[in-house]
Amino acid sequence: MNKKQKLMLKRIIIASLLLIALQFVPITGVLQLICFLAIYGIIGYDILWKSWKGIRNKQVFDENFLMAVATIGVFALAIYEQSGDYNEAIAVMLFYQIGELFQSYAVGKSRRNITALMDIRPDYANIEVDGQLTKVDPYDVAVGDIIVVQPGEKVPLDGIVLDGKASLDTSALTGESVPRNVVVGDEITSGCININGVLKIRTTKEFDDSTVAKILELVENATSRKSKSENFISKFARIYTPFVCYSALALAILPPLVNQFIWQVGANWEIWVYRALTFLVISCPCALVLSVPLSFFAGIGGASKKGILVKGSNYLEALSKIKYVVFDKTGTLTHGVFQVSAVHHNTLAQEKLLEYAALAECASSHPISLSLQRAHKGEINRNRVTDIQEISGHGIVAKVDGKYVAVGNDKLMAQLHVAYKKCHSTGTIIHIAINNDYAGHIVISDVIKPQSKEAIQDLKKAGIKKTVMLTGDRDSVAQEVAHELAIDEVHSQLLPADKVIQVENLLTAKEKDSNLAFVGDGINDAPVLTRADIGIAMGAMGSDAAIEAADVVLMDDNPRNIAKAINIAKKCMSIVYENIIFAISIKALCLLLGAVGIANMWFAIFADVGVMILAVLNAIRALNVKNC
Amino acid sequence: MKRNYKIEVDCANCANLMEEATKKTAGVANAVVNFMAQKMIVEFEDGQEPKAVMEEVLKNCRKVESDCEIEF
Repeated sequence: MNKKQKLMLKRIIIASLLLIALQFVPITGVLQLICFLAIYGIIGYDILWKSWKGIRNKQVFDENFLMAVATIGVFALAIYEQSGDYNEAIAVMLFYQIGELFQSYAVGKSRRNITALMDIRPDYANIEVDGQLTKVDPYDVAVGDIIVVQPGEKVPLDGIVLDGKASLDTSALTGESVPRNVVVGDEITSGCININGVLKIRTTKEFDDSTVAKILELVENATSRKSKSENFISKFARIYTPFVCYSALALAILPPLVNQFIWQVGANWEIWVYRALTFLVISCPCALVLSVPLSFFAGIGGASKKGILVKGSNYLEALSKIKYVVFDKTGTLTHGVFQVSAVHHNTLAQEKLLEYAALAECASSHPISLSLQRAHKGEINRNRVTDIQEISGHGIVAKVDGKYVAVGNDKLMAQLHVAYKKCHSTGTIIHIAINNDYAGHIVISDVIKPQSKEAIQDLKKAGIKKTVMLTGDRDSVAQEVAHELAIDEVHSQLLPADKVIQVENLLTAKEKDSNLAFVGDGINDAPVLTRADIGIAMGAMGSDAAIEAADVVLMDDNPRNIAKAINIAKKCMSIVYENIIFAISIKALCLLLGAVGIANMWFAIFADVGVMILAVLNAIRALNVKNC
Repeated sequence: MKRNYKIEVDCANCANLMEEATKKTAGVANAVVNFMAQKMIVEFEDGQEPKAVMEEVLKNCRKVESDCEIEF
């Protein structure tokens, strides 16, 4: 609690105790009135003062003013009726203040909770000066400086590992609990926690441009992009308060006049004025206006805990209405890295064949060569290889251990007049001939991510109508991937511009109130990401381009997070709707019951504060995303 | 030109009122008040001096919510 809140709590306690005590003191008349007025002053002086300032600034429908009018009005009625019942006015003010206190406490608390969730801000960076480590503010570290991160510390800035190796806990960024290992030469992202090694890092970015600063800024500002529900509520609030006030005025004047002149019965002014004052008590739309942004704030905070960054409340709302998901294949559903997926050898052992291929390709940095080198588990001794000759578009011929090895595609084999076997597998086929004898082939393909299949199933469970895959890859590869993952529609051999056209076709074909999401790795699909209703970029750790282009950013590259994001959004939106409907209907009910005289002012203030408390508690529920 | 300011405001409806008041201030092209983050993003019209405009913004905001704060 801050100072303001503590003062308010004291005032509430003192006023309540005095009010109770006063019930047992047998005083009447003017003295009694003075005592009650004193308590009223203790609990309500700031409201009175603010409403006075409001009047001077011509802000008539200010909530303070309305509370002041309502409570003073009740006081006046009690004096006029000589009932001596001043409790009501004070109680109304008291409950109103309790409600306000609760609200400000709850908001402050959830704000702190959510900021704590995103506790990735590093407090310091270690810089080595004359062999001694000194702690400095991460802001003061320049690009190219060398920092040291010890076990248990947060990596303060993005950089490249110069020395040491360690496991990193990336869960605060990605929600993924499996540690990530880094060695010399690896890029390292700020916000990770070094678990076990000492790392020397050369920074590549200033703090303001580092991943941590970007993420924090993104999450903090996310609620500035307001959703339709929020805009609806603020419009509603603008109409609601004046409407209730004018209704109150009408209620105070019209029925008594009708009674007096048309029905010729008593005017009963005090009854109708009292009912009108009850209206004023429920005229403040605060519960509603508060609970909606609070729900979004909690939902966005909860999602970011899972490594899902939603750039605005409006995007969270749009996420919940996704019915079509369009994927880019490479890097999204597949690893985007070529891997040896099969070795079809004939006479040689599988390992031996791979070894020859890797040795022949040892000097090349082509992605296919690299994948062959990776697949060969042993060491590559370049001294065994001589006379390397790269035949562009065909492959490589080289001498390995004195043997004449040719590694390449169909064309190379044809050129060398080697009888090769066709392969039924999809992917890139690399044939190998040793001394002009066919030795077998290796299949290299992009490997499907292990979670992709479940990701598609999750999406179906989340109510997605159709999944579509777009790829620049060959049709056979695309069909196989789509078949394995059970994707509904595939378009292959597309250029980047074709992907935009495909997405546009899907956008025109879909129903009006459903949304289409495009999921990509954010590297070269920026136009499609912006064209779709929602652009989702995956595997964004350390990729600024992806964070920039997308509306929703998945820090991890696990495609299952897409369904998770949709579920979080759905949960958050249902909380928002619950709160809107609940708060509006309770208010409407109170107005109705107040107008016919069933609900008195006690009832009204209880309902008002109660709705607010329930709505706030419900909103905070959006923070819990464990089961999404 | 867009600028981000830290604000202090107690109630959500007051934050909405502040947003309205800021939008109506001369020299302000657009404004968003983020109640949860306690921040205000003000977009100024071309050629306006932010500091001078913000003086007016604070004055107008104080009219709708007397104990609000804007740091600029």
